[in-house]
Amino acid sequence: MIEHLIPVLAGTLAAATPLIFAGLGELVAERTGVINLGVEGMMLIGAVAGFAAAAHSDGGALAGLPAGAVAGMLAALIFAILSLSMAANQAACGLALTIFGIGLSAFIGQHYVSYSLPGLPPLDIPGLSEIPVIGRILFHQDAVTYLGLVTFVGVWWVLRKTRLGLVLKAVGEAPDAAHAIGYPVIAIRYGATLFGGAMAGIAGAYLSTVYTPLWVQNMVAGRGWIAIALVVFAAWNPTRLLLGAWLFGGVTILQFHAQGLGIALPVQFLAALPYLATVVVLVLISRDKRLLQLNLPASLGKPWMP
Amino acid sequence: MPLLEARPTPSARMRLLAPLIAIGLTLAVGSLLFLSLGKNPVEAFGVFFIQPLSSGNGWSELMVKAGPLILIAQGLAIGFRARIYNIGAEGQLIMGALAGGGVAIAFDGVDAWWVLPLMVIAGAIGGALWGAIPALLRTRFNAQETLTTLMLAYVATFALSYMVNGPWRDPEGMNFPQSIMFGDPALFAPWFEGMRVNAAILIAAVASLAFWIFTSRSFLAYQLTVGGLAPAAARYAGFSANRTVWVSLVLSGLTAGLAGVGEVAGPVGQLNLNISPGYGFAAIIVAYLGRLNAIGIVLAGLLMALLYLGGEAAQVALQLPAAITGLFQGMLLFFLLGADVFVDYRLKPRPRPAYA
Repeated sequence: MIEHLIPVLAGTLAAATPLIFAGLGELVAERTGVINLGVEGMMLIGAVAGFAAAAHSDGGALAGLPAGAVAGMLAALIFAILSLSMAANQAACGLALTIFGIGLSAFIGQHYVSYSLPGLPPLDIPGLSEIPVIGRILFHQDAVTYLGLVTFVGVWWVLRKTRLGLVLKAVGEAPDAAHAIGYPVIAIRYGATLFGGAMAGIAGAYLSTVYTPLWVQNMVAGRGWIAIALVVFAAWNPTRLLLGAWLFGGVTILQFHAQGLGIALPVQFLAALPYLATVVVLVLISRDKRLLQLNLPASLGKPWMP
Repeated sequence: MPLLEARPTPSARMRLLAPLIAIGLTLAVGSLLFLSLGKNPVEAFGVFFIQPLSSGNGWSELMVKAGPLILIAQGLAIGFRARIYNIGAEGQLIMGALAGGGVAIAFDGVDAWWVLPLMVIAGAIGGALWGAIPALLRTRFNAQETLTTLMLAYVATFALSYMVNGPWRDPEGMNFPQSIMFGDPALFAPWFEGMRVNAAILIAAVASLAFWIFTSRSFLAYQLTVGGLAPAAARYAGFSANRTVWVSLVLSGLTAGLAGVGEVAGPVGQLNLNISPGYGFAAIIVAYLGRLNAIGIVLAGLLMALLYLGGEAAQVALQLPAAITGLFQGMLLFFLLGADVFVDYRLKPRPRPAYA
């Protein structure tokens, strides 16, 4: 059994990586009061930009990730101009960004259909990867998966321990008060939104250049929406987001290991599980209205102008 | 330094102009895109918007594509007015197609007039039920319909894939994921020889008329709109927020389900994995572009259908990827949202120097 579980658990960590990046980015944006439903679109734009950069350079995935980050940030910039500078409805703008991202990535990606990349070999952490079982699960991952965990620590630390984190949260809770004491609310929200875009772009580029290094149209397949749901599930708390991402990573890869684990269910049912699980998780977390209100950034989704 | 200031009252003129501005800007950016791809924009737009309409078959195809878009968008608009964001119409379409297709498969070989009406009813119920799930989750458990409708759309895709790969797969279909081809009693008969336009378009027409009357005449629609614009006022007046959610999601599920039957009992003629080229998502744009107004939606649906046809024509005539349609759709929605800002805001005049 343990022999079967090792690849499952190791695969879970990798499958969680895009959710960790995209989820953390969205979490930071939402903490400042910006709800960007365009995560799926930004991930797709990051995925196609990353794929193109990796396909046309010698850098491979290492060229793909920065390209994905920049592309995701540019996509987020469109959203920010419309919803922050022009105070357009955030939900509608995010939706537009997703529709745009689906179209743009399919348009650019047409050249790369069925083109594959070398991917990124696992990076063994010297010493640690030798530990039996644990080593093969935790320390035999690709570099981006480690980077995801480092990013988690960074976001956690900034939000929890720094003045910047305090300002970000203040802008989300009480933009008028933050403005009154001299913080540039719009600029801070721009920063958080662009950070979210860069993270979503990295998540997309990870999918297209490392996780499944092959271009398939619409390859993000709803992970952007799952990341948004995870932020709600996490009650805007990075640690809970990390746990949620691992949980969903596990659910996502179940379909590839079902046979080995002796699960005899139609493959479509297993493939639908992450989406069903998202619904279940949303129901569980949302049913307690009071708890949700307690954690919800007070100005979330509300347009604000000085 | 903010450049915008709120208008004293929203501009009605701007509300009508915004879609035209958005279309104009999309064409402008589209021209630049064509130029950068080495195509002559005038020629390209000719292929996109004129060529598809230069034959009888082109007009027939326009109706075939506009029908489902208009039908779904009419349903979505009811919810959007009430700020209930059903973005999973694609899933409700698939469930309607599955329910209607199931009837066709069950009664395969039965030559009776009631097969097709039964399919239509089954499709409407299938879509409405798939829309009812997020309504229940929202009213009972407070779960956001934006996310649940979309997640259920993915689930519907897998349900369709399961059925056409498993129980409903055509035994003589060479293992392709598709059902049997439906017989004539289970199909809308084409109106003209060699063209695909059929009576399904009448469902969209009737729905448009019904929604126009519903939104302009009924008290329930008024309650829904107030619930969206001023939730506190709606509560004060005793309008039920839960009913708003139920009506919005079940109605939009129902119309999407009807659109799904229209596809499988029409141009597609069977269940397979390509029953919709994303109508459920494109209908979101149609609803906004049509100003959430029944008549506007008909016009916007025709435009969006033309965009699909143009994309296909451009693929053949200009060797452009068909995905360009999706790109135009996204741009159109962005520009529309941008132009819509000027309904409630206007550019701030420069402060004049004060003379003593």
